Amino acid sequence: MADKIHSTKLQDKAERNVFVMFVLLLVTLSVGGLVEIVPLFYLDDTMEHNKHPEIVWQANVAKADRKDLSTWKTGDGVRPYTALEQAGRDVYIREGCYLCHSQQIRPFRDEAERYGHYSLASESMYDHPFQWGSKRTGPDLARVGGKYSDEWHVQHLLAPRSVVPESVMPNYPWLMENAVDGKQLERNLKGLRMIGVPYTDADIATAADVDGKSEMEALVAYLQVLGTMANLKEGVDYRE
Amino acid sequence: MEETKYDFDVIRWFSIMAVVYLVVGTLVGTFIASQLAWPFLNFDIAELTFGRLRPLHTNAVIFAFGGCTLFATAFYSVQRTGGTSLWSPKMAWFTFWGWNLIIVAAVITLPLGITQSKEYAELEWPIDLAIAVVWLSFGLNFIMTIAKRKTSHIYVSNWFFMGMFVMITYLHVVNSLAIPVSLFKSYSIFSGVQDAMIQWWWGHNAVGFYLTAGFLGIMYYFVPKQANRPIFSYRLSVLHFWALMFGYVWLGAHHLQYTALPDWTGSVGAAISLAMIIPSWGGAINGMMTLSGAWDKLREDYILRFMIMSLAFYAMSTFEGPVMSAKSVNALSHYTDWTVGHVHSGALGWVAMVSAGALYHMVEKLWGVKMYSAKLVNIHFWTSTIGTVVYITAMWVSGIMQGLMWRDYDEFGTLTYTFAESVAAMHPYYAMRAIGGMIFFSGGVIMLYNVIMTIRKASTERSSTAAAATA
Repeated sequence: MADKIHSTKLQDKAERNVFVMFVLLLVTLSVGGLVEIVPLFYLDDTMEHNKHPEIVWQANVAKADRKDLSTWKTGDGVRPYTALEQAGRDVYIREGCYLCHSQQIRPFRDEAERYGHYSLASESMYDHPFQWGSKRTGPDLARVGGKYSDEWHVQHLLAPRSVVPESVMPNYPWLMENAVDGKQLERNLKGLRMIGVPYTDADIATAADVDGKSEMEALVAYLQVLGTMANLKEGVDYRE
Repeated sequence: MEETKYDFDVIRWFSIMAVVYLVVGTLVGTFIASQLAWPFLNFDIAELTFGRLRPLHTNAVIFAFGGCTLFATAFYSVQRTGGTSLWSPKMAWFTFWGWNLIIVAAVITLPLGITQSKEYAELEWPIDLAIAVVWLSFGLNFIMTIAKRKTSHIYVSNWFFMGMFVMITYLHVVNSLAIPVSLFKSYSIFSGVQDAMIQWWWGHNAVGFYLTAGFLGIMYYFVPKQANRPIFSYRLSVLHFWALMFGYVWLGAHHLQYTALPDWTGSVGAAISLAMIIPSWGGAINGMMTLSGAWDKLREDYILRFMIMSLAFYAMSTFEGPVMSAKSVNALSHYTDWTVGHVHSGALGWVAMVSAGALYHMVEKLWGVKMYSAKLVNIHFWTSTIGTVVYITAMWVSGIMQGLMWRDYDEFGTLTYTFAESVAAMHPYYAMRAIGGMIFFSGGVIMLYNVIMTIRKASTERSSTAAAATA
């Protein structure tokens, strides 16, 4: 009775031997991830700047020849965040902003009118980790940069309902009081460089200039650069 | 006599902690749901803001409540189905203390804003390392216990627990790869689109394997046990098991439809999502049909009610999921509360209710008494059901309404609503959702009370039998 096979031989073997079952699972469970993830690292189509190099700053410049961030001008293309912006990005992550605000505009008419040009993969190529989000309790922020004044952002972060009465966002008064730690920021930038963000030594040295600035200033700097780096043209299909 | 054969002590503690975390996790959830309806509840205190407490809520319900339930049920059923004790009871205690310490670490670090910002994988790198060690201790113990079983075949519930173990190991290791820059801060080694795909490969499979495969393991052991009938179909379980294992892994891409993720990836994800209705319903049918010819048991047995209602919610949300992954629906539903509602029909209706059923079943077996109050079990059943229905109904309405308001145009061809107007329109539904959550939470409190009273009853009965024996 115990020797009777009720299914296939392989299934029966797996049901009798836990290690056979284990190996079968190792194989079965790896397929989907391998097929969907690995090609994203080498298929040229994934990143739009392979076909449109102008959207990324110094897209094809060798590491040794890279210029410092200070030479970047608006519209030059996607670049790493400055020390101040990165400090702001760290605050954005700490406060969990991504839980209510997406940073990913889809190619629909209403989103184009509400938020701007659809997001490109190349635009978040230096984003460790990505902040695309999954929920819009508040509006998308992928292109919020330049839409409001710095003063508006400060007022909005301190007391959202004083400028948008319908808002359900928390107040963030402590951002005014907390200061950026330049030493830690320098370590952060070095860490980012280790995983591929092309900072020069001079870029990393600018972390010291940010030391002592308020987290509010840093966060506003980050918000104001979002979606403004690349000069995207109407009528060009970046995602063919 | 059962005591000498099996190691139940650690399972008793996992079960108690599961009920405690059910209360804690849903309390935090109810609180943050209320914040969205009444934002003054953020109190201008950094540690209490929505953005910091939402990860605490998800971690508490998934890893604290779900984790303790999974460890309790897996260690319980692997012994019962194999007719053997645990391979290493000491290691099981290590898993218990390790897991609870990780939960304590989460409760401290998440409100402080120490986070990797990957949804359901927010905990920073030192805690991630601890999770890996404790998780492997569970898996090793579980697999070795199967290896030393006394029965010829491995019972189907154990396949599902093993599938969960293998996949979560893959996911946790890859998704958590990060470069530490201090004890409390690290950056994902992946960026942008690749990081997004890896995160949602994790994100959907935390649901697919932790919250589905693991809880199907629970279903396959506890439903037949509670109904006292064999599982409906062995063949169906084989087919549905391998189809689920192979297919679920692909679904993460459907979280990134129309984003900068290449079209092919999202389309593959959506296509396989659609196909997943079949294995998902295979499981639901297998569980429900186990009762065929014995449906009258539902009239008397409140614990069984939990299990069958959970399968109904499971069938419903595994139908809803593929629908939402279809591109045209996703264009509307993505970024809205519909997604939140969908998750909760699975999490409250399926995961929490099948857990409650399994935990009640185990409490009676582990302490050797009937529940202190069957009536309270029934009240818990109804609060869970009603709370879930109120919650998901609110989110359906608010989600679809949001999606429609955002894309609405007036007769002049301009957007009809500002974003702020859509936020204001959500208020009644956010209030309703918070009330649904409160109803569900109250059921958790009732369960905790009932379990504590049952344990007390068991200890008084034991001491009175002991006294009677000496007299």
